[in-house]
Amino acid sequence: MKLVVASGKGGTGKSTFSANFAWSISRRRDVVLVDCDVEEPNLHLFFSGDMRESDVTVQVPVFDMERCDLCGKCGEFCRYGAIAVLPEKIMFFHDLCHACGGCRIVCPNEAISETERVIGKVWDAPVDEHLRLISGVLNEGEPNGIPVIMAAKEAAEGNDLIIYDSSPGTACPVIETIEGSDYVVLVTESTPFGLHDLKLATEVAQKLGVPAGVVINRSDGKDEETEAFCREAGLEIHMKIPFDREIARLQSRGDLFSVAMPEWQERFVELYEDICTRTGGAP
Amino acid sequence: MKLCITAKGESPDAQVEERFGRAPFFIFHDTEQDTYMAEANTFADAAGGVGPRSAQVLIDHGATVLVTGQLGGNARRALEGAGIEVYQAAAGSTVREAVAAYSENKLNRIL
Repeated sequence: MKLVVASGKGGTGKSTFSANFAWSISRRRDVVLVDCDVEEPNLHLFFSGDMRESDVTVQVPVFDMERCDLCGKCGEFCRYGAIAVLPEKIMFFHDLCHACGGCRIVCPNEAISETERVIGKVWDAPVDEHLRLISGVLNEGEPNGIPVIMAAKEAAEGNDLIIYDSSPGTACPVIETIEGSDYVVLVTESTPFGLHDLKLATEVAQKLGVPAGVVINRSDGKDEETEAFCREAGLEIHMKIPFDREIARLQSRGDLFSVAMPEWQERFVELYEDICTRTGGAP
Repeated sequence: MKLCITAKGESPDAQVEERFGRAPFFIFHDTEQDTYMAEANTFADAAGGVGPRSAQVLIDHGATVLVTGQLGGNARRALEGAGIEVYQAAAGSTVREAVAAYSENKLNRIL
């Protein structure tokens, strides 16, 4: 089963939830946790373990100026503006290139070949016997994290239970993370901002045809508006994590609150079992 | 010689657009024939990469001078690579006024 933790709004507690959720389930069965927030991965801060690092590369064009006659077909084809065909040379903008390979195909002179460019890394760390953490890490300055998310997801393939921690927002990285998953847990908070972005994230999940449920984090007990929205949208509120000083204290030290507060382990496992029932997946 | 002026509209009396890649219109002015020809910028609302693609439009039209407001980094590289000179128009001026100012050497060269 593939579960995504998303939120829309940043800072609602996706990573806190993902780390505690995955760790709690892993006391009962094997879990692979994947950090898909490749622009600022942080799940590794909760866990220790020796990581194996591998490069993520994309294919970018190389121009053979012996063969190129500056016909301009490649530049015309590139919808990302990565190739400018100047009067005497080709100018390539690697940060605009989406590595689609189209320029090589349309070149009538076979003047374009491809080379690998490193844009990020995948860290693969066994936390313990039952929990494995895979993190996608986009190199600083790189504009497109999608290939890194794909590589991190690919590294987790073949496992029975995978939990993906998505980036905030509702744009391409979130869509790439949700696509092909079985269920989305939307982590929100008791603020107008949390609710606003929860609505957007709900729409994304619906458009992608993936069922979703909600976790309200830092709940101050006044969640009526969020509850009303969930009722209307047919979203189950799976859990409320209170605005609690002890949880905040543990979290601020990089500790998992479900370790120090074992009653939460039970709740996270129950939440997982509830999702299994809803999706028809095996616990 | 061919000048390109970024414009908010298609007439020579339209205001100069201060953005290069996202200008609604590129107006090409032939200094010898004293003609103006407007072309809608198909990249004005594109997601990204508008700088190099707009520079390509100038290159394809054979413009050697650009009059606009400001340039992004990728547009600057492409225009520089193509040897196109870039001048900054006074805020609020029309295309015609900007052309006159250019011919009187009154514009700031920014590339």
